[in-house]
Amino acid sequence: MSAAPQLATLRNGVARARREIPDLDWPQFRSAILDGVAGGAYVTAMFGHMPNVDDVVEIYVVLADREGGQLHGAKTRVCGDVFPSLTPECPQVHLFEREIAEQFGLRPEGHPWLKPVRFVKSQRAGHDAWGRSTSEQPLIGVMNFYRVEGEEVHEVAVGPIHAGVIEPGHFRFQCHGEHVFHLEISLGYQHRGVERALVGGPDKRTIHYMETLAGDTTIGHATAYCQVVEALAGCKPPARAQVLRGVALELERLANHTGDLGALAGDVGFLPTSSYCGRLRGDFLNMTARLCGSRFGRGLVRPGGVAFDADGTRTEELLKSLQTAMSDVTSAVGLLWDSSSVMSRFEDTGKVSLEVCEELGLVGPAARACGAEGDIRNDFPLGIYRFSHIPVSTANTGDVFARAYVRWLEIQRSADFVREQLQMLAGGTTLTTPGELAADSFVVSLVEGWRGKICHVAMTDERRRITRYKVIDPSFHNWMGLAMALRNQQISDFPLCNKSFNLSYCGHDL
Amino acid sequence: MSHIIVHIVLILGLPPLLLGVIGKTKALFAGRVGPPLFQAYYDLAKLFRKGSVFSTTTTWVFRAGPIVGLVTALLAGMLVPLGNHSAPVSFSGDLILFAYLFALGRFFTASAALDTGSAFEGMGAAREVTFSCLAEPALFFGFLVLAKLSGSLSLTGMLDGPFPKGWGVAGASLVLVAASLFIVLLVENSRIPFDDPNTHLELTMIHEVMVLDHSGPSLGMILYGASVKLFVMGALLMRIVAPFESGNAWVDWGLFVAGMLALAMVIGVVESVMARFRLVFVPTFLVAACLLSAFGIVLLLR
Repeated sequence: MSAAPQLATLRNGVARARREIPDLDWPQFRSAILDGVAGGAYVTAMFGHMPNVDDVVEIYVVLADREGGQLHGAKTRVCGDVFPSLTPECPQVHLFEREIAEQFGLRPEGHPWLKPVRFVKSQRAGHDAWGRSTSEQPLIGVMNFYRVEGEEVHEVAVGPIHAGVIEPGHFRFQCHGEHVFHLEISLGYQHRGVERALVGGPDKRTIHYMETLAGDTTIGHATAYCQVVEALAGCKPPARAQVLRGVALELERLANHTGDLGALAGDVGFLPTSSYCGRLRGDFLNMTARLCGSRFGRGLVRPGGVAFDADGTRTEELLKSLQTAMSDVTSAVGLLWDSSSVMSRFEDTGKVSLEVCEELGLVGPAARACGAEGDIRNDFPLGIYRFSHIPVSTANTGDVFARAYVRWLEIQRSADFVREQLQMLAGGTTLTTPGELAADSFVVSLVEGWRGKICHVAMTDERRRITRYKVIDPSFHNWMGLAMALRNQQISDFPLCNKSFNLSYCGHDL
Repeated sequence: MSHIIVHIVLILGLPPLLLGVIGKTKALFAGRVGPPLFQAYYDLAKLFRKGSVFSTTTTWVFRAGPIVGLVTALLAGMLVPLGNHSAPVSFSGDLILFAYLFALGRFFTASAALDTGSAFEGMGAAREVTFSCLAEPALFFGFLVLAKLSGSLSLTGMLDGPFPKGWGVAGASLVLVAASLFIVLLVENSRIPFDDPNTHLELTMIHEVMVLDHSGPSLGMILYGASVKLFVMGALLMRIVAPFESGNAWVDWGLFVAGMLALAMVIGVVESVMARFRLVFVPTFLVAACLLSAFGIVLLLR
């Protein structure tokens, strides 16, 4: 199960010196990744970094074992404008390679689907993987879309402006009547340059960038960032803070999963669950607001702990509202499973097989719905999750029903967890001050957000400042899963499939 | 004469109220207050005050769509008897005109949608036309049962004649026809479980996607025309299901209005307790509707 021995072993939320990350030559680097993935590891992160020496680009990779809680890191140096693509042998890295190609003008030779990711200029002036002019800003959505030719085939283009108030993204369907052959998704409209803005930090703005990486995953991303800072500063947040972080993370999951189930019901026109879950999502958000004053948990998680404490009366109130909300959710969601008209829409719609899921490295509820058992809370536990375990919820059909049902299972597990934690809240303080960050260090931080695996990788320089900060939102892994789910489906089922994944545009575009 | 005036007033004035009743019923099931009962009237008043934006790629067909849609629905309303009051216009064979007035309206709505050249609207038009092809035989089989039962070929003759004693003679046939017409009513008026009038998801829409490019008064005419269509088809169905007569012509008007409101509530309940069918299953249900009516004929001929 473990990856090749020449990689550095890492742990979630534990810093290592940068010099301990082995610098491999290309063949070693390549076989390390291929062997690791063949042994069952997932490519958790793969990104480029440009040290200030002439034209060299470093490529870092982080592999995650399935069991045992170990991560493996390595890097390689690429000189010139091309490197041989790993995607044909290891599809998991397809989007990572496209990102590297776009950001550094490095062309992965042999990549079967080499297209821009966010339509940004290459950071290496004068080099562009597509040979575009490097003086102008690339236009978003301008690329060669995949086309199916034929008299009866037609193309449907949706977005970036949609009929509902949602984020912008462009979708192209190659259809034969109502039947979809292929869906291509082109994003990048929400790109705001967060990763580059984090370089030179941390500063006052850093935490706010983190809380808004994906607005609905405020707690998840903020926790991942705080774990990075705490690892680099060698600081340990107090036990009470760890518990409150866990409670907030699970409340975030409860709110979003409930909202998703309601939205799924709305997409098939099933009124009762749709309207009740919409309200209940608000109830869970209000519980987060009881903790910190913000419905999305802004301002709660801070490096060194949490900025707000929950006193006795507040805990009592939370427990009481949790109980009412859960009994309402139970009856509202129960209607879904009991209605044959709903089940006939959910079942067998948007199937993703376990093979495709493993090949693409899907994460979160979407992967667990295919039967993959990955859950960071279980595999790479940190904080409260090391002491209090949450069973992993899986299904095996990989369709919309499975994705909905996994959410329902997770709602129940999360509610139990929150109840248990609030009932035996540890005493003590909630916030310590992390000291200075360690110089020349490398750290990987993983959190199971409600959408799945959130990965933050940070590197510091000799001045103890962040020199590269890489954020991988779960959506980054999963968008391709949505495209695969739509193959050979009805185009009218797209909204339902889309909602069953409910991916973030801004988390992907950063 | 006064009854003709009442007929015209009801056809013109009552339809948007049905939408309000459906909305209120759904809100009740969802545990919400819901929009006001008269919201559809407010919407229409708002839309008719607005200006229109027309795409430069469209032609007169696009502008004609909503007008033809509304006018055909109103004309159809002149052919259908409301309650036990005869229709203002009635002649032998008017049921053919009735069915094809709707077909004409649909032809123009679909043409207007295709005129925009948008992929969505083409998709919506294709769906609408496919489904109506299947809804039409169901309607005609239903008419056949009624014609056979009454020996008349006009809507007024058909619906006035055999009721309420028809229920004693051919109750089974009428139940089948009523069920079939209810399915046709839901399909033709884009209600759940066949279509979702409230969805904002352009890829799943049938009727709504065809009218995405209309605005202002055109959109108002489409909404109004759709409610008139619901009203007219509802009147047809209610006459079969609830052929009550009190003896007093004015009380009968009251009974008719009450019946229509009850029908709107039933539609609201159906929409509240069911999810939409998968689009590929809709034709199956329409074929089922045809078969129901066809069995109605078989039962009569036995």
